[in-house]
Amino acid sequence: MINLFKIAIRNLIRYKRRTLLTASLITIGVIFVLVFVSITGSFKSMMIGQITDSMLGHLQIHRKGYVASIDNLPLNLNMKPKAYTKIATVLSATPEVETFSPRLKFGGMFSNFTETTNIRLNGVYPEKEFQTVPLLASRISEGKRGLNRGEILIPILLAKGLKVKLGDTVVIVATNADGSVNGKQFIVSGILESATGPGGRDGYVHIEDAAEVLRMSEAEISEVAVRLKDFSRLSSAVRQLESKTAGDVNKEGRPLFEVHSWEQLSPFFNIARMIDVMTFFIKIMLIAIVLISIMNVMIMAVYERIREIGTIAAIGTLPGRIRSMFIIEGFCLGIVGAATGVLLGAAVILIVNFVGIRFDFGQQQGLLLKATLQPADLLTVSVIVIIVAVAASLQPAIKASKMEPIEALRHV
Amino acid sequence: MALIKAQNITKDYQTEDVVVHALQEVDFEIEPASFVSFVGPSGSGKTTILNLIGCLDKPTAGNMRIADTEVVGLGRKESAAFRGRHLGFIFQDFNLIPVLTVYENIEYPLIMVQNIAPQERKERISRMLAAVDMAGQAHKYPHQISGGQKQRVAVARALVTNPALVLADEPTANLDSHTAYAVIGLMKKMRDDFGTTFIFSTHDTKIVGEAEVIFRLEDGRLTAKEIKGGQGHD
Repeated sequence: MINLFKIAIRNLIRYKRRTLLTASLITIGVIFVLVFVSITGSFKSMMIGQITDSMLGHLQIHRKGYVASIDNLPLNLNMKPKAYTKIATVLSATPEVETFSPRLKFGGMFSNFTETTNIRLNGVYPEKEFQTVPLLASRISEGKRGLNRGEILIPILLAKGLKVKLGDTVVIVATNADGSVNGKQFIVSGILESATGPGGRDGYVHIEDAAEVLRMSEAEISEVAVRLKDFSRLSSAVRQLESKTAGDVNKEGRPLFEVHSWEQLSPFFNIARMIDVMTFFIKIMLIAIVLISIMNVMIMAVYERIREIGTIAAIGTLPGRIRSMFIIEGFCLGIVGAATGVLLGAAVILIVNFVGIRFDFGQQQGLLLKATLQPADLLTVSVIVIIVAVAASLQPAIKASKMEPIEALRHV
Repeated sequence: MALIKAQNITKDYQTEDVVVHALQEVDFEIEPASFVSFVGPSGSGKTTILNLIGCLDKPTAGNMRIADTEVVGLGRKESAAFRGRHLGFIFQDFNLIPVLTVYENIEYPLIMVQNIAPQERKERISRMLAAVDMAGQAHKYPHQISGGQKQRVAVARALVTNPALVLADEPTANLDSHTAYAVIGLMKKMRDDFGTTFIFSTHDTKIVGEAEVIFRLEDGRLTAKEIKGGQGHD
């Protein structure tokens, strides 16, 4: 085997320029794929992080039917305190769960005493909310990073539109579950930067204030946002929670709760899917580059060495060994291209990070992209290149091994 | 017992319009350790007969037994294995592998064909390099040595596997007269030292003059067998 490699490497060196060109083509392909995978992957992770850590949480639990009507923020589909206690018990007993935050969501009217507009509000326990969606605090562009009773965090667009400043008193008026209307004054304690996605332009009040506005003796819960210890275990956590809550059924025997991952709640998931599809097609392009370039080189190698093939076949080299010689040649070419591409690709990514790429996403501006390369990506790209290189060598190698020595020896 | 026994060997080639009878009902026997030459004008069937003995081609009809093996019925892989075990080849254009050194060219069949252990391999190659007087050039590549030296390396490569039979198709055609005699002398010495049978196809009078058994071919038929120092027949 070592000798087959020796012969293959020497044959590659023998045609230096051609080997260099082919290896360069593969290298450029690998660099391109790695940089693309790294940047898009990092962009995707970053945006998922932004969405889950600034408003959605990794997953949410609602009363069955709530998500389908979420645009109306229906108060009649809230969980009763007893039902929430069950959910809280399940979540506390689930080791994958790091923390969770119950929310009372409602729509109301926002007034600065001269103008009035509508607003969507989340009643939250501030400490739990800031733990569950840790980037929420960083969205507070003005004011203190916290929330006490009697205070409200309002979205920046609303503050600008109604010219509301920190410390101003505003009124929230909301329709209660029984149809009556109630109002309460709040002090503006913070202005929130918008975030893309559902809930990205909501305001925040303390949950007990929300219950007071809605005239609830005890706060009902619209949704429970959940943060996991390990985001990569999202699917298994969703399945686990679904099975744990499946036993809770209503009078008709239907499940009382529903568990949704962020993917089911945010339209960004479709963008993430598109990124994955684009990455897939970029990898297909790499496969095409490697396949065509190596096949081309190997076909030429076989054609140029017909007499040599005839000679080694005549002196007794078995067809399988002749086949191996050419396959190993393609394999070595693939290894060289992949290794060089990985090294240079990593260098390009370092440079990209050194230069720093900033971009805007929705209302969020100047986000700094940190391109990272996962070992799994390096491995996948390298394995693809090597497998395709071997596959591309197969046809020419088989052709070489099937040559009749007598005809090959006659070749001029 | 004969090393090669050929009976009624016929070889036809089908061209677009006509059938060419390259060999017609040829019979011959070759004894071990002989120095044999097939001679005849171009198109007489010399190379065809060498290709058949070398298991590189199959006769249209007839039987051929080499080293106690009926070779006509061998499949592709079996033919290759048989060649690797029993035959050595010397080509008109030397056909050394350009990416391998002199040493590695001689080593090639021992590794790739016969899987000989490293120590024995080393000993055999050293012996061959000394025998063909190429020990000093062992690490040179084929493009760094002369035509005569290349043919000596080819002789060493053909003999290093200890074959019963070495086939040489016009081995001196690309060599000057002096070198050609040297190579013939070398092959004869190898025959004497190792008991290997050498079979040539040639119209080089130098080789014909050195051959101990001469088969004359004409239009695909064996017209004469001459034995030096013995009786010939038409």
